[in-house]
Amino acid sequence: MADTAVRMEDGAGVSTRPGFLSRIFLHNLSAKFAALPMVITVLVVFVGCTIWTIYYSFTNSKLLPTGKFIGFDQYERLFATSRWNVSVWNLLAYGAMSLVFTLVIGFILAVLIDQKVRFESAFRTIMLYPFALSFIVTGLVWQWIMNPTLGLQGTMRKLGWDWFSFDWIANPKMVLFALLIAGLWHGTGFCMVLMLAGLRGVDEEVWKAARVDGIPTWRTYLSIVLPMMRGVLVTAVVIIGSGIVRLYDLVVALTNGGPGISSEVPAKYVFNYMFSGGNIGQGLAGATMMLLTVLIIMIPWAYLEFGGKGRR
Amino acid sequence: MKKFAVVAAMATAFLGSTSAYAVDLEVTHWWTSAGEAAAIAEFAKLFEEKTGNTWVDSALAGSGTGANPVIISRIIGGDPMGATQMNTGRDAEELIQAGLMRDLTPIVEEMGGLDFYVDQSLLEACKYEGGLYCLPINIHSWDWLWLSTAAYEKIGQPVPTNWDEYVASWPALEEAGILPFGLATGWPISGVPGVLMSGIGGSDLVLAVNRDKSGDAVRGPEFRKVAEAMDSLRKVISPEMMVPSFGDVGNQILSGEAAGNIHGDWLAGDLQVAGGVPGENYECLPALGMGDQLTGGGDSFYFPVLPEGTDPAVIQAQTDLAKILISPEGQLNFNMVKGSMPIRTDIDLSNANPCMQKAIKMLGNGLLPSGDFALSSDTQQQMQDLNIEFLDDDSITVDDYIERYASIIESAD
Repeated sequence: MADTAVRMEDGAGVSTRPGFLSRIFLHNLSAKFAALPMVITVLVVFVGCTIWTIYYSFTNSKLLPTGKFIGFDQYERLFATSRWNVSVWNLLAYGAMSLVFTLVIGFILAVLIDQKVRFESAFRTIMLYPFALSFIVTGLVWQWIMNPTLGLQGTMRKLGWDWFSFDWIANPKMVLFALLIAGLWHGTGFCMVLMLAGLRGVDEEVWKAARVDGIPTWRTYLSIVLPMMRGVLVTAVVIIGSGIVRLYDLVVALTNGGPGISSEVPAKYVFNYMFSGGNIGQGLAGATMMLLTVLIIMIPWAYLEFGGKGRR
Repeated sequence: MKKFAVVAAMATAFLGSTSAYAVDLEVTHWWTSAGEAAAIAEFAKLFEEKTGNTWVDSALAGSGTGANPVIISRIIGGDPMGATQMNTGRDAEELIQAGLMRDLTPIVEEMGGLDFYVDQSLLEACKYEGGLYCLPINIHSWDWLWLSTAAYEKIGQPVPTNWDEYVASWPALEEAGILPFGLATGWPISGVPGVLMSGIGGSDLVLAVNRDKSGDAVRGPEFRKVAEAMDSLRKVISPEMMVPSFGDVGNQILSGEAAGNIHGDWLAGDLQVAGGVPGENYECLPALGMGDQLTGGGDSFYFPVLPEGTDPAVIQAQTDLAKILISPEGQLNFNMVKGSMPIRTDIDLSNANPCMQKAIKMLGNGLLPSGDFALSSDTQQQMQDLNIEFLDDDSITVDDYIERYASIIESAD
């Protein structure tokens, strides 16, 4: 088999069908060899640990992964836990808002900066600056700003505006928006820079043609430039999306899940039950559900995006 | 023969401790607040003086939720420390079962048994298949109601002497702009139901719920009183007024900003460091001034099995430390600063502050198993989630609370 494969490789250009396997394995051999460490890492660390995670979510493991197989008990408990259900709902609400607002605000900012403004690099730096801070720092800063007694509300009231109220962080109904403010402050700058790169990648000739045709600028942006930035948009969505799913540190620093459980997120539940709760089975069940949610969203999308080969 | 063994052991202990080279013994713990850090320093000082070894202090922030995982993962991951503090109870249960902790039976035998422990039930959590794997070094109790003298001076009322009087004083306090109940965010609320249970519900209820895990007891009339007390508490607590850490509540009590707080006796250490004098700046009511028994757990020291090839002098240092921790001298120095009760009462406790004196008196009636002590960390985490949720969400009724509490207790392992 190997011999024929090698011989086929010589005439690969002529007869493609029988040499299919050999093309997969032997074509550009040195590049594949170079990629081997990464392939092994992916198989062992990512795939291997994922399988390990899923397996142990079906056991009654406590502190150590030594439990017996117990079927779906961990999942039954998970879905009966109000903290988990609140967490999932919070992540969905936060995720949807965060995705939409980051993209929209990022795009608008990019367009504004794209207007050949003066001191462009200064603006760019200012906008991108929050991204250089960790979520922990972001969370702490906003915790102080939004603290009802010490922060903005307290300051304004002391200055005489008694009616001023900004207590979102202590209000169970508004606390998600408080998270959103901090998240957007942190993330939109990066999105803006990505979008700006995309805008700059659009050929000047396109603009000239649009101008000749008398198309208004806003229309050019929406109907011509935006569709041309498809690649950048995909990148932005993937980066923002992965940031949403792993949302954890911002919550810990900003609200620690409070008030009550109104800003809990799944990652925090998983962490709490795996480590301080000493219940690995329960934590891994939560982690598996997070993975499943991501897959449900990612697989159809990836199929649409990368499935049809001749599309782009 | 036995006598000879003892002498030989003591001789080796002596040799080990005065050997030419001193070894480092890393000790992990989560005593980071001012009062706690001062207390652990007493052990360190004694250890270094007596053995000549070096105490390498690894304080980890975050107590049960932050530090515990670090300690456990280091032991599991094959990088054990020389000794570590953990809560007395079931947090380390599986580590013991997996053979990762050193059996202390020989050391104890050499010391002539552990009959000096004031309550033998404390040792239950350390025992596994005939071995002894940890040494409780103090007794902590959640069962304290702390009251601010300054706040009651402000409203011109005498400081309450029990829970009912305290509750009756809330309207007057609120009118004067004083917080009836100071509270820190997060875990501190999780200890409150247990305290209400022993104070209002009585000792039988505590035993039925924590020890026997009886859901029926939770659904009974005694626990309903506890749930109703929780309900009235949440009405005087608002999220905006909650402070970041329990030490801040101590300051609120000293300044009279908050009138009361239910918190464990480790708050006393912080009150002392902040300059508070019991009886003058604050009052303490054990078991809410109603019960005559305290629920208790505490802290224990564990000595992980060290990897093969470890310097025998380090293992000897573990042995020495174990002895020092429960020695009369160590117990006295440590607990006087920490504000916790010593595990032995054959020491001179006349210097203990009035709060501790009250507690030591109640120890004579036997110790009740606290939630920290009797429930697994998984169950404790579920309880904490429930209490945090109940505190904040008024749509959860008292009945819901009782039902959910009962189902957690019933499913407890």
